[in-house]
Amino acid sequence: MSALLAVEGVTMRFGGLTAVDGVTLAVAEGTITGLIGPNGAGKTTLFAVISGFLAPTAGRVRYRGEDITAMPVHRRAERGIARTFQIVQPFAGLSVRENIAVGAYLRHPGREAALAAADAVAERVGLARLRDLPAGALTVAGRKRLELARALATAPTLLLLDEVLAGLNPSEIRDMIPVIRRIRDDGVTILIVEHVMQAVMNLCDRVHVLAQGRLIAEDTPAEIARDPKVVEAYLGHGAAERMRRAQGHG
Amino acid sequence: MSALRPYRAILLALALLALLPVLFTTGTVRNFLIFTLIVALAAQGWNLLGGYGGQFSFGHASFFGTGAYAIAILQARAGLNPWLALPVAVALGALAGAVIGTLAFRARLRGSYFALVTLAFAEVLRIVANVLPITGGAAGTLIRLNVDPLNFQFADRAHFYWVTLVFLGAAMVLVRALERGRFGARLVAVRENEDAARALGVDVLRVKIVAITLSAAITAVAGCLYAQNFLYLDAAIAYGPWISVEALLAPIIGGLGTVFGPLIGALVLHGLGELTKVWIGALTGGSVPGIDLVLFGILLIATVGFAPRGILGLVARLRMLPA
Repeated sequence: MSALLAVEGVTMRFGGLTAVDGVTLAVAEGTITGLIGPNGAGKTTLFAVISGFLAPTAGRVRYRGEDITAMPVHRRAERGIARTFQIVQPFAGLSVRENIAVGAYLRHPGREAALAAADAVAERVGLARLRDLPAGALTVAGRKRLELARALATAPTLLLLDEVLAGLNPSEIRDMIPVIRRIRDDGVTILIVEHVMQAVMNLCDRVHVLAQGRLIAEDTPAEIARDPKVVEAYLGHGAAERMRRAQGHG
Repeated sequence: MSALRPYRAILLALALLALLPVLFTTGTVRNFLIFTLIVALAAQGWNLLGGYGGQFSFGHASFFGTGAYAIAILQARAGLNPWLALPVAVALGALAGAVIGTLAFRARLRGSYFALVTLAFAEVLRIVANVLPITGGAAGTLIRLNVDPLNFQFADRAHFYWVTLVFLGAAMVLVRALERGRFGARLVAVRENEDAARALGVDVLRVKIVAITLSAAITAVAGCLYAQNFLYLDAAIAYGPWISVEALLAPIIGGLGTVFGPLIGALVLHGLGELTKVWIGALTGGSVPGIDLVLFGILLIATVGFAPRGILGLVARLRMLPA
C-alpha cells in the first residue's frame, strides 16, 4: 500500500492562532482513514487545506507524489479529490438529480450521460426515490446523503468526508455506515473526519488523532481507544489514570 | 422530433408573435412591438448572467451601447454594410463583457459590489462617448437613411419586426440549449453556492467570464437592432441607465433564470406601461410624463414582495394549488 495522500508538516495560522501545527500524515490507497479529535482540534481546518480551500502557512500536501499545495480546488477535483462539507451546501433551488449532475458533468460532458451517471449515484447512496425533489426539501439525513452523492458523482479517487454522520440519529447512522463501506469497497480511498465514535471504530483502518492542532496519536481504532494520550485529550489531564484506577478497584 | 422537444414552446411562442404585425397594422403598435422585442432581447442577455448565474449587473448599457455605437460608427464613418458591421459590433460588445467581467470577477466582486462596478463602467462609457469625436460627441451619430433590406433598413415596419423576432428567437434557443447542457448546470451551481461548485470541479471564475461574455454579446445584438431601428444614437441613449434598468427589470418581473422570463416581463411591463399612458391621458385630457415609470416601480415592488420568482414562478405556484 502506497500513500495516495501525504500531508507534510502542514501549519495553518490565523493571525496569532495556530489552528494546525506541523501535522504530517499519510493516507494509504484503498483504506478508510479517520481523523478525530476534540472540538477545536483543527480537523476542519486541516481538511480545508487538503481540499484546497485554504493555503497553509507552511508545509506541503502531496497527492500521488505530486505537490498540490497551490493547486486550485477545481483542479484537485479534476485530479480525483472530492470533498463533502460539514455544513451541507446543497444547490437549494435545484432538484436532487440536478445537484448530483453538477458533479457528474466533470466526467460526462453530455447531458444524457451526466444524468444517467447522476441516477446511478443516487441509487448507490439511497436517494433514487427522492431524485426529483428540490434539494431544499430534503431532511438533514437526506442532505448528508446528497453531499455524499455529489462528491461521488465526480468519480473521485480520494474522498474527503467532513462529518457526514453529524446530526444524524442512531438508526440513520446505522444506515449510512454500510454505504460508506461500499464506497471504499468500490476502490475509493476515504479520509473521514468524524465525531461519531461508533462509526470511526466500525469503518476506519487507521485513525489519526488531532488535539490543539497537533497530531498526538496514529494507530488502528482498537489501539487508539486504549491510548491514554487520546483519552486525556478528550476527557482532560489525569483522566486516563483515574479511569485505570477506577477499573482496578471495580 | 425528440431533439426538438425542448424547443417546442419557444417555436410556438415565436410563431404566435410573428402573427402580431398581421393583426396590428398601425405604425404606432408595430413600433411599440419592435421596441418591446428589442428590450426583451437585451433582457435575455442580462438574464443569462443575472438570472442563471446570479451575478446582477446594473450596467448592461455598456454592452448595449457598445453594440449600438459600433454598428452605427462602422456605417457612418467607415462606410461598412450594416450586415457586415453587425458581427463586428457583437464581437466588440462581447469583448466589453469579457474585459469588465475579467476585471470584476478576478477581483472577486459579488452582489452589490459587482452591481456597482458594472454601473460605474456604463457611466464612464456614457461620459466618454459624450465627448469623443468618433461617437459624434453630444451631437450623436446618425445612420444615413437608405431604405433597403440589403442595408438593414426596411420600408415596412412588419419586416423589421420579423427580423428582430428572428434574433430574439435565436437568443432564446441559445439560452435553452445552454440551460440544458453542462455550462448551464455549472452556471446555476455557481449562482446557488460557489464553494460547493468549486469542490465539484467547476472553474468558477471561468464560468462567470464566459457567462458575462455571452450575455454581453446578446445584449449587443439588441443595441445593433436599436441603432438600425431608430438610425440615431447619442450617449444617453446608448450608454444611459435606462437600458440597464430595462434589461434587469424584465427578467425579474417575468421570471429570473427562465427562457421566457425576459420576453414575458418585457411584454407585461411595456404593455401595461402603454395602456397606463393611454388611460391616464384619457382621464386627464393630457399626457402625464413618466407615469409608465411609476407603474414599473410599483410592479417591481409587487414582484419582489409577492412573487420573487416573477410571473412565471407565480403561475407555476398557482398551478400547484388544488383547484
